[in-house]
Amino acid sequence: MSQPIIVSASPHVHSDRTSKKLMYDVVIALIPAFLVSLYVFGIGAFIVTAAAVISCIVFEYLIQKFLLKSEVTIGDGSALITGMLLAFNLPSGIPIWMIIVGSLFAIGVGKLSFGGLGFNIFNPALVGRVFLLISFPVQMTTWPTAIENQTVLADAVTGATPLGLIKEGLMFGETMTNISANLPSNLEMFLGLSGGSIGEMSALALLIGGIYLLARKVITWHIPITMLVTMAVMTGIFWLINPESYASPLIHILSGGALLGAFYMATDLVTSPMTKKGMVIFAIGIAVITVVIRLFGAYPEGVSFAILIMNAFVPLINTYFKPRRFGSKIKAKIV
Amino acid sequence: MTDSVLYSVLLLASLGVVAALVLYIVSKKFYVYENPLIGEVDEILPGANCAGCGSPGCKSFAEKLVNTEDISELFCPVGGNDVMKQVAALLGKEVAEKDPTVAVLRCQGGCDVRPKTTEYQGPRTCAISAMVYSGETDCQYGCLGDGDCVAVCDFDAMYMDEATGLPVIDTDKCTSCGACVKACPRDIIEMRPRNKRDLKIFVGCLNEDKGGIAKKSCAVACIGCSKCEDICPKDAVTMENNLAYIDAALCTLCRKCVEVCPTHSIIETNFPPKKPKKVVEKKPVVKKVVEKTEVEKVAVVKEQVVAKVESENPKTDA
Amino acid sequence: MLKTFPKGGIHPPENKLTAEKGIKRMAVPKVVTVPIAQHIGIPAEIVVDKKDKVEIGQVIAKSGGFVSSNIHSPVAGTVTKIDQIIDTSGYKKQCIVIRTDAKNEANFVETEYPLLTEIKLESKEIVKKIADFGVVGLGGATFPSHVKLNVKEGVKLDYLIINGVECEPYLTADHRLMLEKTAEIIVGIKILMKALNIDKAIIGIENNKKNAINQFKELTKNEPGIQVAALQVKYPQGGEKQLVRAILGREVPKNGLPMDVGVVVNNVGTVFAVYEAIQHNKPLMERVVTVTGKKMENPSNFWVKIGTPIKDLIAEVGGIPEGTRKLVNGGPMMGKAIKNTDVPVTKGTSGILLIDENEASRGEAKNCIRCGECVFVCPMGLEPHLLMNLSEKGLYEKASNEDIMTCIECGSCSYVCPSHRPLLDYIRFGKSIVKKLETSKN
Repeated sequence: MSQPIIVSASPHVHSDRTSKKLMYDVVIALIPAFLVSLYVFGIGAFIVTAAAVISCIVFEYLIQKFLLKSEVTIGDGSALITGMLLAFNLPSGIPIWMIIVGSLFAIGVGKLSFGGLGFNIFNPALVGRVFLLISFPVQMTTWPTAIENQTVLADAVTGATPLGLIKEGLMFGETMTNISANLPSNLEMFLGLSGGSIGEMSALALLIGGIYLLARKVITWHIPITMLVTMAVMTGIFWLINPESYASPLIHILSGGALLGAFYMATDLVTSPMTKKGMVIFAIGIAVITVVIRLFGAYPEGVSFAILIMNAFVPLINTYFKPRRFGSKIKAKIV
Repeated sequence: MTDSVLYSVLLLASLGVVAALVLYIVSKKFYVYENPLIGEVDEILPGANCAGCGSPGCKSFAEKLVNTEDISELFCPVGGNDVMKQVAALLGKEVAEKDPTVAVLRCQGGCDVRPKTTEYQGPRTCAISAMVYSGETDCQYGCLGDGDCVAVCDFDAMYMDEATGLPVIDTDKCTSCGACVKACPRDIIEMRPRNKRDLKIFVGCLNEDKGGIAKKSCAVACIGCSKCEDICPKDAVTMENNLAYIDAALCTLCRKCVEVCPTHSIIETNFPPKKPKKVVEKKPVVKKVVEKTEVEKVAVVKEQVVAKVESENPKTDA
Repeated sequence: MLKTFPKGGIHPPENKLTAEKGIKRMAVPKVVTVPIAQHIGIPAEIVVDKKDKVEIGQVIAKSGGFVSSNIHSPVAGTVTKIDQIIDTSGYKKQCIVIRTDAKNEANFVETEYPLLTEIKLESKEIVKKIADFGVVGLGGATFPSHVKLNVKEGVKLDYLIINGVECEPYLTADHRLMLEKTAEIIVGIKILMKALNIDKAIIGIENNKKNAINQFKELTKNEPGIQVAALQVKYPQGGEKQLVRAILGREVPKNGLPMDVGVVVNNVGTVFAVYEAIQHNKPLMERVVTVTGKKMENPSNFWVKIGTPIKDLIAEVGGIPEGTRKLVNGGPMMGKAIKNTDVPVTKGTSGILLIDENEASRGEAKNCIRCGECVFVCPMGLEPHLLMNLSEKGLYEKASNEDIMTCIECGSCSYVCPSHRPLLDYIRFGKSIVKKLETSKN
């Protein structure tokens, strides 16, 4: 024994899970959706994603090194995820300087101002996204349509997202039957051949990544399944009441950020509740707010807002939905 | 144009008046009578809120001083006799004069004299590592070196010496509030009288092991040889469990014990340099002592000790 | 579906390297060091002096109170000193050092005891004898056994549960004992049933010890009162509360004991010690110890005299392997790391585990990422991340309200934490402070 014996308190073994591994598992899960976006939007998607990822990591480094003078933690993968998720929530034609501003806001305000990884209340990527959406509504909702502009970046032909089409159509008093003529088919939406943000294109790709996360036990089923089921039930009720003014649950689930939000953003470890009961409540809350915004609000899409609003309730949920303590119910079972 | 300016000024002014009225009424309505003396005593107290007196803060100590008949038991260690006299004069009560005290570290087991035999992993606080085991060295009485005492010191009077791994007490800043004494799980910090010019003599060791074992774990440990007890003219040294203790009340600071201690575990602070005749090789070090501040002197004494121990006993654990 | 407890739990790699190794008898050591605090409760009082001659099985330290236990000399020899020696607690404690008399044949005779099935003693006498013969819980907690058997008037008990779970990775001491002393253990169970006046007993064994389950099933065929329950492999099933929940579905109330739901739990090792004490008048002075480690040449199970220095055991299996950085007394989940190999085997030593460099170091603690994994695995339904925070910040009152005292210190939370946070270290610290506050209040 050349080195001294180590003495520490039990336990003396540790599982091989580390936070770094968890983070990189999320990155791996995002790859299928990224590949689909490359196929659909071409080089534009790559540029947006790269810009967001690089600027997130650079800003984290600069702020930690020079402003906070704390330990630099860019290696833990969390800034990488923030960058990827932010990019996935942007249209592919957005100017790069906006991405940089959004990344600065996401990392600086959304994450590091709270004290860094683990202390942030809101999902940093969504903080950045919503900041951009409110500041630059036009650029943020200009969606280059799929296929046609695989190589061109700016001045591309633009179109609306399925949800945008529905909202607009309903506002002008059209019926769903008329609108659905312009909508991509369910299959197209499932595969990812409609307009929208980079990462929310293909339901299939997102599902593959989601299943990977579930299989690796990075996330549990509680949030995504509860959220999607609640959304389906709520939109289903409205759809059954009046199919002419409300879109079908399938459209709601497959389009927009529902799947991206359910599997990747609502499940963010840091900003979701820590008990299973809490997770179910949290997911129901997101679904209800999303549906209310989508059906009755001014925005066609509401997942980002819903998640941010519910993020704010997480400390409350953690306080009131505690796991049941062993032995707290005393039942006289003695024979 | 003028109308709108006028209206806004009027509106704001009236809002201000209403708010002021509300504040006035509330402050009158909810006024709590407090003995004005408490405020005055609080003014005199140092305002450090260190809890060294036993009360949670200065204000509550002031209340206690005002409301207690006999305050001779109460004492503010930070303010000392001066403050207590002022308080007594204000309240017309008697206070007992106390010798000013200062915290001293009764362990000199730095990294160089007390080798680490194991490595501790876990939260680096003394309280937790003391729960896990007896510490990284073979001495289970000495400093753990994780600085719980430094963390609780409100007066910036302590810091960890990186070279030795031991805390250092800045006697100028120490207010003897006693927070470090409570924080130390090993009870190695003791409050001792400052005496004149901060001259102190105390045993810098708490090791109760038998001589051989103690010496093996730490070169400057008290080995319980009783030489100091034998030489002390005032019977100020007592031996218990292989460990010497010097009663500050009886000690006349003659320094005879310091000279006879074979392991140099008795510490003297702030004494003028000895007659150079005695130990010739010490001379250059002794010179430095004069120039150093009080804090550093303790450290220097320690250095001397180490140097001497090493030169005199090359094989310490034979 | 096999039975198990429903809430939390983990499944660390089992690493039962010594499951196939029969229990060998260790050579009698030249010197034994017997600590007087080998059990939970009041340390025993020394009744011998330096230079006294002692016989095998002679009481050398008397029980110091009700929750205490007698300590017997494991060898015949001479007391050489009574001194402060470092023991498994990591601190120097009072120990009796005895030099074995090499000429005394009693030290080296190996008696093969015949199986005695007839139980002659009455209930009260059994409990008395168990106390006299220094039997304590051998599962690790070392709670004096006679205290458990002293049932208050009016408490109704209906089940005796025998803990043969051994959910700690690496350890196989109980497993081997169950295989090699099956018949004796069954007699021991009957003794305990008689002492407690209970007519139903269940032996709980995890399903990774199929041979032990089969052997017990075979031998209890004609014992209507004794059942065998095969359990799903899950840590910490060996915890009393988890075991009772797994086998009977009864939940021991918060701050309560299994007795509150009519159950008494005893470890198989304890049951065997009871058998030997009652039927063969043999006090508890040796036990089975698993000496193991991944790099070890020849990990084995041994019958070891209490007081044998751990270095003797390690020498027996081929010395300390290169690169060993940690010595653990017990299993990897709940055992205590020890400072050196002079530490003696005590009644609570179920294993000696040597961990090499790669696994010995703790990972660097990072920020909590609030993944909730510690909450999911806590078998007691606690929130370890919260308790650690409260304890770190000194909010002990709040920690107490969050049931910090019900923590069983199984270490599942620290095991799974992806940020390597020292959760249990802080919870244990918080518990100690809360305990102090509570005792000072009363």
